[in-house]
Amino acid sequence: MSGLLAAAPVLVPLFTAALTVALARRPRRQRAASLGGALILLLCCAALLHGAAGGAVVVTQFGAWAAPFAIVFRIDRAAALMLTVNAVLAVAVLVWPSRGSALATPFGPPLVHGLLAGACGAYATADLFNLYVWFEVMLIAALGLIVAGRTPAQLEAGLKYLVLNLFGTVVLLAAVAGLYGLTGQLGYHALGMALAGRGDDPLALLLGALLIIALLIKASAFPFLFWLPAAYPVLSPPVLALFTALTTKVGAYALLRVLHEVFPAGAPAYTPVLGWLACATMIADVMGAVYHYDLRRILAFHSVSQMGYILLATALGGAAGIAAALFFSIHHILVKANLYLVAGMIARRAGHYDLRKIGALARSERALAGLFALNALALVGMPPLSGFWAKLLILREGFAQEHYLWMAVAVCTGGLTLLSMAKIWIEAFWKPYPAPTTTPGTPLPTRAWASCGALSLLALAIGLMPGPLIDFLVAAAGTMAPPVARPAP
Amino acid sequence: MIEWAMAASVTLVAAAGLYLASSRDLVAISVGLALLGAAVNLFVFAAGRLGQAAPPLIAPGAVAPLAAVANPVPQALVLTAIVIGFTFACFGIALALALAAHDDRADADALEQAEPPPRPDGGPGELP
Repeated sequence: MSGLLAAAPVLVPLFTAALTVALARRPRRQRAASLGGALILLLCCAALLHGAAGGAVVVTQFGAWAAPFAIVFRIDRAAALMLTVNAVLAVAVLVWPSRGSALATPFGPPLVHGLLAGACGAYATADLFNLYVWFEVMLIAALGLIVAGRTPAQLEAGLKYLVLNLFGTVVLLAAVAGLYGLTGQLGYHALGMALAGRGDDPLALLLGALLIIALLIKASAFPFLFWLPAAYPVLSPPVLALFTALTTKVGAYALLRVLHEVFPAGAPAYTPVLGWLACATMIADVMGAVYHYDLRRILAFHSVSQMGYILLATALGGAAGIAAALFFSIHHILVKANLYLVAGMIARRAGHYDLRKIGALARSERALAGLFALNALALVGMPPLSGFWAKLLILREGFAQEHYLWMAVAVCTGGLTLLSMAKIWIEAFWKPYPAPTTTPGTPLPTRAWASCGALSLLALAIGLMPGPLIDFLVAAAGTMAPPVARPAP
Repeated sequence: MIEWAMAASVTLVAAAGLYLASSRDLVAISVGLALLGAAVNLFVFAAGRLGQAAPPLIAPGAVAPLAAVANPVPQALVLTAIVIGFTFACFGIALALALAAHDDRADADALEQAEPPPRPDGGPGELP
């Protein structure tokens, strides 16, 4: 029974995808089945989370093979929580009105659930080759969603996304094969034991570096980020919200697992480089966000910039660093996906994504302005919103480990994030409308308010009561990582 | 001997794949990535050790093979990877051809729809 539950986060979306394919000619039923599947997924994930909160780790070895031979699904606290956040976001995105986006096409619902299956599989698995397979499942579903509209711009974005991600997965497969050749193992746990004493073995370090590079490509870190801002500006808001929550976060999560569970012996060799790459990611991309005027492009550059914080926390390591990385991921999934949806509402009301062509929304759309301001401030890290605690956790651990330069970059990036959010605020909400007459946008459906409002409330709740979540994540990190040595005070 | 031949072929195919993938022609890029994937598939296979051995079959009633057998794990892995690689090769080539139908050049330098070049005054270009 518990074995079935561990596989449920993959089985439910796969089954829903098949069902929605069967219902492709009946749009209303297809949408209902899609939302129903997401709700069942949420229930399964909540059940797993409830079990994990009590300290239970659900392990399934498929095919009844013995320990080092079977493909293993292992759902501990961290995996259960990330799965639940995923499912919450999937429900919110499916509630959001999808008219005019890839989700409204007959291909949309099956592809969304395919993407969910890939992401959930990647969170649940404890096997490197299986991780590669889930990344490919996610990639093909994501590509389908990108090119569903078939406009030349979308095809182009799809090709850029495909080429760089495919290169990443080829590198990933090569690294997995190399590690298998070196140790004869594929499971995280078995690999961790086989690599335990090999922190100075050049071959193991090389293969580990290859694996980390592949995951950095998936997480769109500097200097492998170019596929993301190239693809995102041609997509519709619900697809963007899904992508920002699922694709890059899975890369960062896998990196966390690899660095602290599979090859902790090699971590001292990798973390200094990873820390600097994280700093470059943060600063380079926030510059892009400050430069651009297209709402979606600004937010896309932000997504990458914020990945830098997650990678920085991953590089810091230790229970506190891992807890900070997970906290930041959760905060980012909720707030950033919500900002994409709010951007969609802005574009629907004002008629365009380009900030130079819109304005004066603060007067006509007070509720929308409030929604945007709340999420923008949470992203910047204004106390007492969720972003503040996420950044505080990283800064506290960084100062404790005496990485002052990294922390300086993190603080500067926060300032530039504020600048680019203020830019959206001034251009879209405050400045007068640039054209002589305002073009009336379409009215906003209630479902859009419900979806964005629920996500905002959730993020606000995390901001106002961060204690339980931080305790949970520290417990999750404690079962995941060995303690790090800190400099003596 | 067989190891050296295998290593040489992996290197050669990977080099050919990288060369094609760095071309500007979109179809060549897709084919190059497929070749690179094929090279990695060979590498996966070689990671399970090469050599002559019996097929990994367990006799009825036994719980383990009695003599030395070939390693079945890389075979399973490489089969999965081939299927996945084939999917992406097809998808990539179809995508490149669809772009060529829109543009008739299929040139990487012509991909400016999703990322418009800057405006003459230095401001960022805009999407339609």
